[in-house]
Amino acid sequence: MDIFQEVLVNNNLITAFVFVGLTVYIAYFISHKFTEGRFHGSAIAIILALLFAYLAGLFTDGEKGVADIAILSGIGILGGSMLRDFAIVATAYGAKFSDLKSSGVAGVFSLFFGVILSFVLGAIVAIGFGYNDPVSISTIGAGTVTFVVGPVTGSALGASSDIIALSIAAGLVKSILVMTVTPIVAKQIGLDNPKSAMVFGGLMGTNSGVAAGLAAVDPKLVPYGAMTATFYTAVGCLIVPSLLFFLVGLFF
Amino acid sequence: MVIYGIALLGICTLIGLMLGALLGSLFGIDANVGGIGIAMFLLMFFSSSLNTRFKIGNISEKGITFWSMIYIPIVVAMAAKQNVIGALDGGLMALIAGIIVVAVSFIFIPIITNFKKR
Repeated sequence: MDIFQEVLVNNNLITAFVFVGLTVYIAYFISHKFTEGRFHGSAIAIILALLFAYLAGLFTDGEKGVADIAILSGIGILGGSMLRDFAIVATAYGAKFSDLKSSGVAGVFSLFFGVILSFVLGAIVAIGFGYNDPVSISTIGAGTVTFVVGPVTGSALGASSDIIALSIAAGLVKSILVMTVTPIVAKQIGLDNPKSAMVFGGLMGTNSGVAAGLAAVDPKLVPYGAMTATFYTAVGCLIVPSLLFFLVGLFF
Repeated sequence: MVIYGIALLGICTLIGLMLGALLGSLFGIDANVGGIGIAMFLLMFFSSSLNTRFKIGNISEKGITFWSMIYIPIVVAMAAKQNVIGALDGGLMALIAGIIVVAVSFIFIPIITNFKKR
């Protein structure tokens, strides 16, 4: 056994690829088999990952989730800030300013309004639960923007891992609610045309939630919402760790 | 060449992070201020003008789209390495924050969509 373990540890990044690949496979299997795809596989995969991190924490008494287990130390590299930032920046590729222009004033307004609204609501809840340092408040507020903006903000500002985990959890709750509630309320909120789909993407911004939610309403609307949601992530990564963090700092 | 795409992505990321670090030091805080956002807008600027001014070609493009497609698995890895036990106390807060933000955002969708008609 030891010689096998040595291979896994010495090639820890490759082991991490396999581990994440299996996790994602199980997640999509659950998604298709038990929810007919309504509950998007990506959300289930992140839930599983948080669950694994919890279990690993129980067994290792460490603070780095599964990365504290020797053979899974590669998760620390794969999920570390360098590759994460690289991949997040890559998601901006293909988004064109001309598309954003076509969404009109409502689309552009929804972007900034959506980011600021989500941040403010998340920050208020954080303050209500007794957090009183600007880094924690901003990271949790960023998490309600999306589960990407949360950790990006958290690592930029030097938040602790448990606060970053909370920001992922808050963003995850948002994403799951968007994907499940959207088909139910689509009619009431008039979500049946490209324009409202772009406003929807700009207000919610959580890419996986927006894509899955729109797919359940009308697959033709997905590209419109996904476009503004991509800009939303960029706006979030831009103004949350800067402008909005400074504003929080004025009060705390 | 696929490396051209990866290099372009790298250039955007590094410039963004450098500007973010610069902004942080200007404001006197030890943080990367909006660097990722700057990098994303830089890449959008490139991809918006690629078809007109620049051409990077299909294969080079794959160097960027690969990283874009692997972003969810990387987020999964990132979630798996967090201190979840330490975060458990705040679980209820995360739940409430998520619920409130989605409920309020839904209310604003018809309002903003119908802006101009009013």
